Amino acid sequence: MNVVFDNLDVFLQGMRRTVELSVLSFIFAFVLGVIVAGLRVSPVPPLRWASATYVEVVRNTPLLVLMFMVVFAFPSIGFTWSFFLSAVVVLTAYTSTFVGETVRSGINSVSKGQVEAARALGLTFPQVLRLVVMPQALRTVVGPLGGIFIALLKNSGVAVAISVSELTSAATQVGTDTAQFIPAFLGAAAAYLMLTIPSGFATGWLERKVAIKR
Amino acid sequence: MTAPFLGDALGPRGRRQTRIITAISAAVIVGFIVVALTRLADKGQLDAAKWEPFTQWPVQKFFLLGLKVTVEVSLVSMVGAMVLGTILALARLSQTAVVRWVTTLFVEFFRGLPLVLLIFFCALGLPSYGLDLSVFWYVAIGLIVYNGAVLGEIFRAGILSLDRGQSEAAYSLGMGYWQAMLLVIIPQAARRMIPAIVSQLVTLLKDSSLGAAVAFEELLRRGRINGEFFGNMLQSLFVVAVLYIVVNFALSMLARRLEVRQRRRYKAGAIVVPGAGMDLALMGAQGESAEIADSTT
Repeated sequence: MNVVFDNLDVFLQGMRRTVELSVLSFIFAFVLGVIVAGLRVSPVPPLRWASATYVEVVRNTPLLVLMFMVVFAFPSIGFTWSFFLSAVVVLTAYTSTFVGETVRSGINSVSKGQVEAARALGLTFPQVLRLVVMPQALRTVVGPLGGIFIALLKNSGVAVAISVSELTSAATQVGTDTAQFIPAFLGAAAAYLMLTIPSGFATGWLERKVAIKR
Repeated sequence: MTAPFLGDALGPRGRRQTRIITAISAAVIVGFIVVALTRLADKGQLDAAKWEPFTQWPVQKFFLLGLKVTVEVSLVSMVGAMVLGTILALARLSQTAVVRWVTTLFVEFFRGLPLVLLIFFCALGLPSYGLDLSVFWYVAIGLIVYNGAVLGEIFRAGILSLDRGQSEAAYSLGMGYWQAMLLVIIPQAARRMIPAIVSQLVTLLKDSSLGAAVAFEELLRRGRINGEFFGNMLQSLFVVAVLYIVVNFALSMLARRLEVRQRRRYKAGAIVVPGAGMDLALMGAQGESAEIADSTT
């Protein structure tokens, strides 16, 4: 295990990048996903179709295809971004579709009477969504959203393929330098678990905290 | 839900507003598409020369062979993962505590890791430990171990989701543990797990594209090679994406249909495995909401 301790700075640096990638992408993906979910239940047909198309297309495309698209093909139409920014953009887009679908399922779980009551009080559709439905819907999906964040932490490893120096890249680098792959990858594995396991606990805590007693 | 959107039918004012917003949003969407196409045309990305290669049989064959490799590695890995998953599920339900602990550790460890880390380890690390295989198998091993751990959890959840009365009835008929498992429990549990398995196959098929990062010549890798050769990376990756989307969309539809049919027939939702990856988190969320919806109506 000396390999890990000798290269501790490489691993810590990688861990920082992984956290940066995941947290940034999750914040953007959450906002985008909530908007997408709202559009999908809106009374305006073109908005429903547009958001449904976005979700189905992006969700069914492999993450690495999206990354290659942004890194290798986007410069030809005038978008040249750093590798890190490209990774954030792709992880945001990909994750937002999963957030969107999850939030939508949360919206569907809010009982119909809530919406009817809000309508009877004269609230408009955006008001119903913002003031009545979303606060209840988001509470019910805290658990699944936590699952998505953990999946995002793991998915951020794909950024190794476009030269972002995150954890997987740290393991690869240390492994290749020292020719000791097992310790190097075990080190990265431990680092990933150090991120995912507390995230799981935090999700559980948050879930209990925001739960409504009925 | 009867309305395609949230809430009741709108009144006259709401309908008028909806019509206005519909017109505006349609205009914005069309405008966006026009701007995107103009941009593509300006940069010469819509030129016939960029798309012309895809009309030639050798190029089409190049892509189709890539798709074949992707499907092959996915199917081989899926079969391997299902075998491993079955073993893990049974071991985790074993009556011997040590077996249970060891498998739990194994499953939680590999499920918690990024798949790309495993594939990189297989492709870069295994050769240096004297295990010389083709890159096909390095990718397949990574996929099998990861998905085996995930499927193990799905299978275990499926077995546990059965009513206790089933195994009790089997034991009271004089069956032994394995007899009850093979003749009573597994046949019923397997049916409940089909949607989750198909959904996992979609994830696996998408994940097999990670092979492109370790020089495995599947669909995505071939798309990049083609793009570099003809100088039409955007178009090549577009074709690759379309192929993935068509296959995955068909499989997703199948999974959804199976789940709906199953819910109607067995009055049971999908098998929910917390934290198994995005696609499964999604299925869990949908299953949960359906259950809540069922209980309120």
